[in-house]
Amino acid sequence: MSRPLLKLFLPAFTGVIVIAVWYGVHFYLTEEMRFLLPSPGAVLQALIDNRDTLARATLNTTEGALLGFGLAVGVSLVLALLLSLSSLVRTSLYPYLMALQMTPLPVLAPICVIWVGAGLKSVALLTFVIAFFPLVVNTTQGLISADRHLVELFRLYRADRAQQLFLLRLPAALPYFFTGLRIAATLAPIGAVVADMNAGSSAGDGGGLGFQAVIYASQAKYPALFATAATTCVLGFVLNAAVIALAWIALHHWHDSYERTDP
Amino acid sequence: MSTPPLVEFRAVSKRFGAGPLVLDGISFTARAGDFVSFIGPSGCGKSTLLRLLAGLSPVSSGRLTVDDLTPEAAAAELAFVFQEPTLLPWLNVARNVELPQRLRGTAPAERAANRQRVLDLVRLGDRAAAYPRQLSGGQKMRVSIARALALSPKILLLDEPFGALDEMTREHLNEELLAIRGAEAWTAFFVTHSVAEAVFLSNRILVMSSNPGRIHSEITVPLPYPRTSDTRLSREYLDRVADVSRVLRSVEGPEPAPTR
Repeated sequence: MSRPLLKLFLPAFTGVIVIAVWYGVHFYLTEEMRFLLPSPGAVLQALIDNRDTLARATLNTTEGALLGFGLAVGVSLVLALLLSLSSLVRTSLYPYLMALQMTPLPVLAPICVIWVGAGLKSVALLTFVIAFFPLVVNTTQGLISADRHLVELFRLYRADRAQQLFLLRLPAALPYFFTGLRIAATLAPIGAVVADMNAGSSAGDGGGLGFQAVIYASQAKYPALFATAATTCVLGFVLNAAVIALAWIALHHWHDSYERTDP
Repeated sequence: MSTPPLVEFRAVSKRFGAGPLVLDGISFTARAGDFVSFIGPSGCGKSTLLRLLAGLSPVSSGRLTVDDLTPEAAAAELAFVFQEPTLLPWLNVARNVELPQRLRGTAPAERAANRQRVLDLVRLGDRAAAYPRQLSGGQKMRVSIARALALSPKILLLDEPFGALDEMTREHLNEELLAIRGAEAWTAFFVTHSVAEAVFLSNRILVMSSNPGRIHSEITVPLPYPRTSDTRLSREYLDRVADVSRVLRSVEGPEPAPTR
């Protein structure tokens, strides 16, 4: 079998086994315990039955996740430029950036609600807090890691600061930035869902997937709860795939990580 | 005295901060058209000497002039070929070659013309669109040389540019470098560890001793240019290689230093 085909076949095969085992466990459970693990068919049915609700919730969560993610990218770029100026700036600021990252989201959520109210704004803000730390750390590292031989070359030809930034430091930081972006793309949808659970609001159909999960759990609609989980997974996958595609566009010409080793 | 010297070192010394002397009382002059090689044991400060000449680092005492200017003021007349190819991996060959001109604000049309000229000189005219990772070690070095030549420098500084390449590639590039010099006529300062390379390329070889770096002696190579691969077979060439090797051994001491 050719390599690309194998790459499709293997995960598909794993999927078939997972579903088979899932069915097996479901029917192994006694009738009154089967609510613990609804069958794949029931979950699919719940997905279809609740498609309007879930679609709306997905859109709301996506909006919050993307707003927070975008804000994180913008703020982390500016902050990384500032941090890359000197190690004194980094020493002064890093502990506080870390403190922000260390505070658990459910603790930050009520504070956010006090400041901007429950709903989209809070979800976006909390997603931002979760997503921006890996971005700022990686981008800063990239900006200060330009090859010293290349820095020397720029000095030799009397490059000014702007030339050094745009022609050397920013391109050199791109692979680091994308490493941060991939971590952030994984964290952002999770952050948005957790934020929605803690600081979301259903006012004006504004509830997201986190809010919906809480509702389904409280109503004991377990197949729908599993369907919600599957939807959040898909959301995370899509955002990750988008970032991987973006990284490929920006890096595949030149970066060693995209080198083909086999003929 | 006919023409004034292009480069003049007068009792130049260098130390970094409060560290030991790296270079001590370096004095020599070079004329336009010279090809001067520096050879000596590791740590004799030959790379530092090039860096002073390039204005990348100031002299601690003494006087160093390039065309009667300080090295900083003469920067526009100099180009440097580093030990590593130092190509920007995200730029293709054409953009890499144009980079120094871009930094100096040369107009795009002029940049492109220069780029084509120097890429043809190093026989890479058809690789302008390639990225550095698609090139061999020797090709990367040729791009690096082309990048330096694109500035049409009066003085070319080369810091062990072929040290990482295999013997065959190195010999080919030596011949190429001399062929280009026949057409471009810059003055060269070349740092190397290879006696054969120094003799083949230079008309003057300065042998240096270490701790601190001093000029031990000068050996002239009266072989006429143009030199070709046949030059390496001549009696005179082999004699000079033997001479330089002997001097170098006396500088390095009877026994190689124990490996640390």
